[in-house]
This record gives sequence, C-alpha cells and structure tokens, in this order.
Amino acid sequence: MTNSALAQLEGVHFSYAADRPVLSGVDLALHAGERVGLIGTNGSGKTTLLHLLVGLLRPTAGTVRAFGSERKTERDFGEVRMRMGLVFQDPDDQLFCPTVLEDVAFGPLNLGKTPEEARAIATETLEMLGMETFQDRITYKLSGGEKRLISLATVLAMAPDALLLDEPTAGLDEESQSRIYRILRELPQAMIIVSHERAFVRDVSTRIVRIDDGRIVATE
Amino acid sequence: MIILEGKQPHSFIHQVDPRVRVVAAVCFAVLVCLCEEMSVLGVGLGAAAGLVVAARIVNVETMRRLVEVNLFMLLLFVLLPICVPGTAVFRIGGLVWTREGLWQTLAIALKANAIMTGFLALVGTLEPPYLGFALSRLRVPDKLVHVLLFMVRYIEVIHREYHRLFNAMRLRAFRPGFNRHTFRTYGYLIGMLLVRSIDRAERVVEAMKCRGFRGRFYVLARFRFAWADLAFTAAFAGGLVALGCMEWI
Repeated sequence: MTNSALAQLEGVHFSYAADRPVLSGVDLALHAGERVGLIGTNGSGKTTLLHLLVGLLRPTAGTVRAFGSERKTERDFGEVRMRMGLVFQDPDDQLFCPTVLEDVAFGPLNLGKTPEEARAIATETLEMLGMETFQDRITYKLSGGEKRLISLATVLAMAPDALLLDEPTAGLDEESQSRIYRILRELPQAMIIVSHERAFVRDVSTRIVRIDDGRIVATE
Repeated sequence: MIILEGKQPHSFIHQVDPRVRVVAAVCFAVLVCLCEEMSVLGVGLGAAAGLVVAARIVNVETMRRLVEVNLFMLLLFVLLPICVPGTAVFRIGGLVWTREGLWQTLAIALKANAIMTGFLALVGTLEPPYLGFALSRLRVPDKLVHVLLFMVRYIEVIHREYHRLFNAMRLRAFRPGFNRHTFRTYGYLIGMLLVRSIDRAERVVEAMKCRGFRGRFYVLARFRFAWADLAFTAAFAGGLVALGCMEWI
C-alpha cells in the first residue's frame, strides 16, 4: 500500500525556530481516492504540513515522497506542484489577476497551454463549478464565498491528481459551506482537507487524522 | 482610493479599442505640448472637454481631479510671473509680476488642463486591467505592466488592511493628536502595514509557484481592431492635424 501513495511524509520534523518544533516525526500518506480530514488546534502545524508536501517549506529531518519518488529540490517540487494543487487559506493570496478568467487561466498557461486552450479550460472549469457568469468579474470585488470557489477553480483548472485544501470553508456562511461541501464530495481527486469545522470534516472525509504535539494521531 | 468602483456609464468612447485610446491620448498630449498659440490651446482644451462630455464622465470625480491640477496651477500663477522678465503688471514690495510671465503661465495652465482632460476622457475611462493589457500590447516592458497590474490588485487589499488596523486602534480609543504617542502609533501602523504587505507578497508568490509560475506572464486579452476603431482613429487624427494646421500654418 505504501508504494501506491500519491504523497507521503515519513518521519518529518520541522521547526520555524530551533527551540520550538512544530512537527516532530510526522507520518502521513495520501492514497488515490482518499479524502483525508486534517484537524488540530491553532498553530499545531496543519498549514505547515501542506506546505511541506508541495515544497514551499523543507523538512529539517525526514523525507517527502510524491508520485512515486522522493522529493528534495526545488526542481523536484516544481513537478509535484503541477500535479498537486494547494488552495490557500486566504483567497486574497491566491487570486492575484485582475479578472476571474485571467486567474483561472494562469495555471494552465504555466503548464504550457496556448491562450486559446487555457481560455477553454478556464471556462470549462468555471462551468463545472457553476461560476461561468463570473468570467469577467474583478477578483477582489467578489464576496468571500465566491473568492473561495474561484480559488478552487484556479487549482482545478490544472487538473491535479491531488488537492490540498487549507480551511476551505473558514468564515463562510452555511449556504456557501454546503456548496463547497457538495463540490468536494463530487471531485475525483484525492485530497487533504484542513478544517476546524468538525461536522464538515466528518461529512466530507473518508478518514480523519489529528495533529497532536507535532505528531499525527488517527481518530474516528 | 477605491478604484474600479461603481458602474461606469457606457459611451462610444468606452467602446474604442484601449490601445487606440492610449495612443490617441499620448499623441494629443505631445501635440498640445508643442503648441504655443493661445487660441490653439483654447481649442485643444475645448476639444478635450468635448471628449469628456462624449464619454459621459462629467461628474464630481472628474471635477475633483481637475481642481487638483488647477490648485497646482494657482501656485504657478503666483510664482512663475515673478521669474520672467518683462513689463510689470503689478508689484508687492520688491516682487514684480510681469505680463509675459502671466501669459506664459496661462499657456502652461491651458496645456495642463487640456492634457489632463484628454487623458481623463480617453485613458481615465479604461478599467486599470485593460490599461495594463493595452500597454503590454503596445510593447511597454512587461515588468512595468506587471507592477501596474499587481498594484491594481493589491492596493485595495492593503488599503483594507490599513482600515482594519486603524479601526482597531480607534476602537481602543486612539485619538490622533500632535504628540509623541500619536507619532509612535502611526509609526507602528505603517511598520505593521509594511510587514504585512511583505508577508502577503510572499504568500502570493508561494500561491503562484504552486500553480506552476516560473517568472513568465501570459496575457489572455485579445483586442480586436474594429471598423469603429478605425473611424475613431481617422477622426482623431483629423482633429490633431487640424490643431497642427491652426498652430503652424
């Protein structure tokens, strides 16, 4: 089973400051078809863990494996990032283009698609999320829920094999939450979902793990 | 500070290709700069005002911008005529305001207003993203265009952050005054804003990297040069030639 994991952390240690370790020996594997709910207190290292998986941070000890091989260098992770989409906690970090269409097309363009292809992919992705009327909207004028959905669209447009979602429903009203919930349930990708909303995590994930004192503890 | 806010009225000028509008505004500005005849400058200003009316942007915002320009011109009217030698018009103590000086200042004021009005009508009616794209298509260096686009995107975010911080300060009964406490607090506010902006910039770059960004931008927008644009270009060029004829022939 271990070899079939899309992404895997083995004995990963990480600290921002030497005297305060955030992660101390994390083992976690994400397999195809899984939706792993990741919970833990504020500052327990949930976001850090996601960032380690895509190489925005590097472990102080331990190994990061993704798509069948160990990943160490920026070059290794460049490949990982094309296949593993990270949706940031704050959509204002993610959405940087003036218009929605432009932003959704950004990833596909980076993958080497032509402007026409990228535009088609972006439109398709927005349609899939029921957001096709948002194409020409200005990103920063969107509401919180809309921004969240567009953030998701920007990552889905790259057709990743796995999704890493950092608090996808934080600060959203119930209607927007359930909309995101329905979308996530229908997506074929394996995903890790960081969230504080217990009920949401329970409903959407296939298994739940908790970070406690720098280690992963399986729950429920 | 809120840019892009509010529905803009749509006029035929809004329909003209952004590239044409940028080029037209620049040509108009250069021509007006070169003109010396007071009557020509007057006609130029009138034509620019006509464009503003045609663009249907005769509103408080437009007026406010013109007032800002003219406050500066007021300063010129006070200072410049003293520096130009010629026939005295009036004097206060040792300071002499000359007729030639006043005349020159009037020419400068007319030029500034004509150019400003022209830009308001042609470029001011472009949403900043489209201005960015137009500049990019007009071979303005990518870096400059990106700086513009990122500024458009994040100025509002930083502005909101500033308001959040400032409101938090006010909620704790902060009242600005002329004292050490106020200066120190403003220092903290600006410092915190800078720190947060840098943090944000780092997160934005990380998010971009996660989507495969490798330092190159691609622009999606395609502008089509339509018959209406050709008509506008021809009419505008005709106007510019007419102005030129009045000045030099």
